[in-house]
Amino acid sequence: MTTLIQYLQYLVNGITLGSIYALIALGYTMVYGILKFINFAHGDILMVGAYTGLLTYTALLGESTNPVWMLTAFFIAMLVSMAFCAALGMFIERVAYKPLRNASRLAPLLSAIGVSFILSNGAAWIFGAQSRRFPYPFDNTPIVIAGLSITPHQILTVTVSVIMMVVLTLFVNKSRMGKAMRATSIDQATSELMGIDVNKIISMTFAIGSALAAVGGILSSFDFRVYASMGTMTGLKAFVAAVIGGIGNIQGAMLGGLILGVLESIGAPLLGIPSALRDTIAFAALIIILLVKPDGILGKNEREKV
Amino acid sequence: MAAMLEINGITVRYGAIEALHNVSMSVDEGDVVALIGANGAGKSTLLKAIVNQVSLQEGSISFKGEVVSTAEKHKKSVPTHLLSQRGIALVPEGRHVFADMTVEENLDMGAFLVKDPVAVAKKKEEMYDFFPILGARRKQKTRSLSGGEQQMMAIARALMSSPHLILLDEPGLGLAPLVVQDIFNKIHLINQQDKVTVFLVEQNARMALKASNKGYCLENGNIVLADSSDALLRNDKVRAAYLGE
Ligand SMILES: Nc1ncnc2c1ncn2[C@@H]1O[C@H](COP(=O)(O)OP(=O)(O)OP(=O)(O)O)[C@@H](O)[C@H]1O
Ligand SMILES: [Mg+2]
Repeated sequence: MTTLIQYLQYLVNGITLGSIYALIALGYTMVYGILKFINFAHGDILMVGAYTGLLTYTALLGESTNPVWMLTAFFIAMLVSMAFCAALGMFIERVAYKPLRNASRLAPLLSAIGVSFILSNGAAWIFGAQSRRFPYPFDNTPIVIAGLSITPHQILTVTVSVIMMVVLTLFVNKSRMGKAMRATSIDQATSELMGIDVNKIISMTFAIGSALAAVGGILSSFDFRVYASMGTMTGLKAFVAAVIGGIGNIQGAMLGGLILGVLESIGAPLLGIPSALRDTIAFAALIIILLVKPDGILGKNEREKV
Repeated sequence: MAAMLEINGITVRYGAIEALHNVSMSVDEGDVVALIGANGAGKSTLLKAIVNQVSLQEGSISFKGEVVSTAEKHKKSVPTHLLSQRGIALVPEGRHVFADMTVEENLDMGAFLVKDPVAVAKKKEEMYDFFPILGARRKQKTRSLSGGEQQMMAIARALMSSPHLILLDEPGLGLAPLVVQDIFNKIHLINQQDKVTVFLVEQNARMALKASNKGYCLENGNIVLADSSDALLRNDKVRAAYLGE
């Protein structure tokens, strides 16, 4: 009985972690969907998002301990961070990727790795090597229901992620620009014939992906702290999640993120893997999926009808 | 009066391959003009040049009296995505439907520049009336449509922007004769009822010349014949080379 509760607990923790992976995975997958390019600087955007969120939050909060203002300040900080990262994402695309669009496929990839180094080294230079704690904007005492403990932070993470994913899904399926984004990822040349400005769509894709990464960065920094290289491992895992779900597929990124989070959380105790080696689970899952279903769970392997 | 579309001595190269050589032609408002030619003659390249999907090495293209594409470096050509605003729509070779989107969503994309949702909805209803099969399939993913249905969808999608000039790249490609006939009937109606000027590219010379009032023959990137379609249908060279008589 206790073990059942324990595994349910791992499941809850896994869903929390997974929803953060999902938010970040969306940025990889949307950019890949349109440009067929892995934006390796995406992980560092989440780091920038966490710092921006933390700095805005502490500045807004000042000495206040008013619980209502704490939460309000937190959400304002999140919006500021989303806006800042959206602008940064568009800027990076404009200066580092767009000029290389007709170059060899390797060129933008190398450029992305360069951008990644610039961002993480820049942050280390500005903020130092010390990691910082992102204080909870509320009392994080767990709520215990039938032996299962759920923290307000977990509730916040899952709620915010679900809202973001629902809004994104509605945007992509119902709105004019969202449909144009899907059309562009299917066939750029034909989208242009429809009057769609593909450059604008690409900018928008980077903006949305980066804003979601900012949220992921902030939500992950309660558990993992804020530091210059925080985006590397989380970014890599979110990328793995995107591949597991089927890169290029938005639902796939959400699903892949959740699966990976749950696998990591349950897999370690289930297989008796020491928690220091927990990261191996993600990469083992990646290898397995590449062997069994290279296009990912929701990836399509059928070719277009001509 | 100047022609609606004027192509003035254009040359297009892909690296060392010259796909079009000093091509000039014109399309008058209200006409159906056919361009016939064998595989690799340069037909698709010509249409792509009109919508600026390939760049010109020589010459220029004007639409409604304004230059939309030019080889001159200091004059800017109009980018592809702005041409549909000016009234040009291309139905590309091989249809290029958005296969993962529904019929309705494909039509929405055709009306991307129409910002008024009421106008878009009205236009879609017109299309469903004009192509009833699309109305029946509106919620279906386009990949599940037959080739002929996909071709109709591609044409309907192009009409969503209410173009003045529609460019059709081999609308009969790979379709059964009855379906081709059906599509050509629709093209006739689009021209007669909706007053859309049509520029049609085809390997099926007989169909194309019967459906048009003016025709051009393209061979290895050169225009070799230009005349009324009736005259071309009677022309000995055309009959031997394109009509297999
Ligand atoms: N992107 C490209 N790169 C290099 N060469 C090309 C390209 N597109 C077309 N060509 C060449 O240009 C020439 C004209 O091609 P185009 O597609 O315009 O012919 P077409 O008349 O439309 O032929 P089809 O009837 O087969 O569609 C051909 O020799 C073709 O191989
Ligand atoms: Mg062709």
